[in-house]
Amino acid sequence: MRILVMTKPVPDPAANAERLGPNLRLDRAASPTVVNGNDEYGLEAALQLVERLGGEVAILTMAPTTGIETMRKALAMGATRGVLVADAALPGADIPTTIRVLASAAATQEFDLLLGGLDTSDGAGGAVTAGVAARLGLPLVSAAALIEPDEASRAVRVRRLSAKGYDVLEAPMPAVISCTQALGTPRYPTLKGIMSARSRQITTLSLADLGEELLPPDGQWPSRVLEVQPPPGRAAGRTITGAAADAAREIADFLADRRLI
Amino acid sequence: MTHNGPVLGSTRLTEEQLLLREAVRVLADERVAPRAAAIDREGTFPEDIRQLLAEHDVFAIPFAERHGGLGADLLTLILAIEQLSRACATTGLILAVQSLGAIPIQIAGTEEQQDRWLPGLASGEKLIAFALTEPDAGSDPSGIRTRAVRDGDDYVIDGGKRFISHASIADYVVVFAVTNPEAPKPSRRLSAILVETDRPGFKVARTEHKMGVRGSPTAELAFDRLRVPVANRLGEEGQGFAIAMQTFERSRPGIAAQAVGIAQGAVEAAAAYANQRKQFGRPIGELQMIQALLADMDASTEAARHLLYTACEEIEAGTADAARWAAIAKLVAGDTAMRVTTDAVQVFGGYGYIDEYPVERMMRDAKITQLYEGTQQIQRLIVARSLLSRS
Repeated sequence: MRILVMTKPVPDPAANAERLGPNLRLDRAASPTVVNGNDEYGLEAALQLVERLGGEVAILTMAPTTGIETMRKALAMGATRGVLVADAALPGADIPTTIRVLASAAATQEFDLLLGGLDTSDGAGGAVTAGVAARLGLPLVSAAALIEPDEASRAVRVRRLSAKGYDVLEAPMPAVISCTQALGTPRYPTLKGIMSARSRQITTLSLADLGEELLPPDGQWPSRVLEVQPPPGRAAGRTITGAAADAAREIADFLADRRLI
Repeated sequence: MTHNGPVLGSTRLTEEQLLLREAVRVLADERVAPRAAAIDREGTFPEDIRQLLAEHDVFAIPFAERHGGLGADLLTLILAIEQLSRACATTGLILAVQSLGAIPIQIAGTEEQQDRWLPGLASGEKLIAFALTEPDAGSDPSGIRTRAVRDGDDYVIDGGKRFISHASIADYVVVFAVTNPEAPKPSRRLSAILVETDRPGFKVARTEHKMGVRGSPTAELAFDRLRVPVANRLGEEGQGFAIAMQTFERSRPGIAAQAVGIAQGAVEAAAAYANQRKQFGRPIGELQMIQALLADMDASTEAARHLLYTACEEIEAGTADAARWAAIAKLVAGDTAMRVTTDAVQVFGGYGYIDEYPVERMMRDAKITQLYEGTQQIQRLIVARSLLSRS
């Protein structure tokens, strides 16, 4: 089983230091970075599959070369090697460009499964993994909660989260799967994993190495960020007082009105 | 390193040390800290935490790569003990005691002995204890009465030990016993013998009820015609005292690290509380009397930490005065931890005196760092002797 996992370095949500720099681009120096959460769930699932079935987990990242530090965290969890697409022309790349570049880089690798996060915690476009599948002409199974490949039949069965539970879908391999938190808690890297990750191979590819003209001819990305607004602050909460039974009824009505229960 | 986390200095540390410290810090914050209060309350050895340290190769830090270890230096071990102790002093002690028990094998064991015992200790599958102290021989090891009498290819050991960390759960105990009672110098009477605890004649007489580090079992041992092969002796006959003293040169920094970690945990808890607790209509952290307490706590903890790191570098570099460096580091760190945790309770006021907050536990835990592996008085004795011998 060969599994390629797309992992993106994103600002560490725990650091609460994410901010924008010039041109409404993420200021990557402002915050420590971690592997995007949904990517990490996919990586954990991939590592468990390979532990059971044999094979290798490789990671694919498009990031500035500073992204290597975050890739090492993914390698420390147990991935065998990494592929980094880094190019001075790429910072600020929009979603279609990111899809083209990652699809092109993935095509240089052999894999049975290509995993990516359902979305990322920084850009949150939620289109890249699906876009890469489309670009590669491979089947996509989205919002995975469980991944069960069957090497004999060359098919993968996936529990896809739905509004009411999950659907079970099957796709021929190679296939692309977008990953969610429902796959399970990522492992902590072991100290030996951290040490050995320092010597694992990370291949760096430039756009020229990918052998394709991936940049727009006029230097303009097809889509641009025009404006960024912080989410509105939370409104003050409402306190319900009174006898316990009445208060409970009022809370239940409140939730039922909003179809939350 | 997160921006909201502790301020952790990085000067002088290698990339490897920074990576390992960060990994242990995350484990300590996310997995150990939530267990600390319960470990203290229950007063039983946290087997789950031992498994956690084993799974993540934390036990492997002070062991050579050929024994399944990480081959890290003394300072790296100290960084790990410090981070674990920040969250839970009992957990920091698990690593410190494992390292303490292994040092006699590392410094005096033959290659065959090292290959036999060290891999199990590096993986955390086996635990080891270090048994020097007896009911009537603490600061003065010349009072040791436990006897090991040669009988063919065996020693027969009779006697007992007291205040031995982990002795009731260990697979091996390094026992210091009198093999040469007639030696002219008391320092030539002892030998170090590794005892497997499943041998007949090895008995845990009782475990102590302690003020602090309550998850770490401290046992009294009784040896009754305990038969151990001579092949289990570490070093030569009569070298036991020298082995013990050399061991302390590398183990006392571990206790200093535990002390610095406890102090750091108290500084962080007190600062967070000072920001949040309001009196006179504002956070108490805005009151200068509280600020002065906090500043002194932070500054003295940092000072103890950097003295300890320097001591580790000196010891690792093979200084001729390793005993002095180890004693100074433990002396300053232990006293700092006691003062800082006491002041942390002061910052919390009445809330600091109850177990709703961690600082009363930290204050109880800090006290042991002034007592074991040589009391602070013994550390001062070592420092003074070293000073006077050079003057």
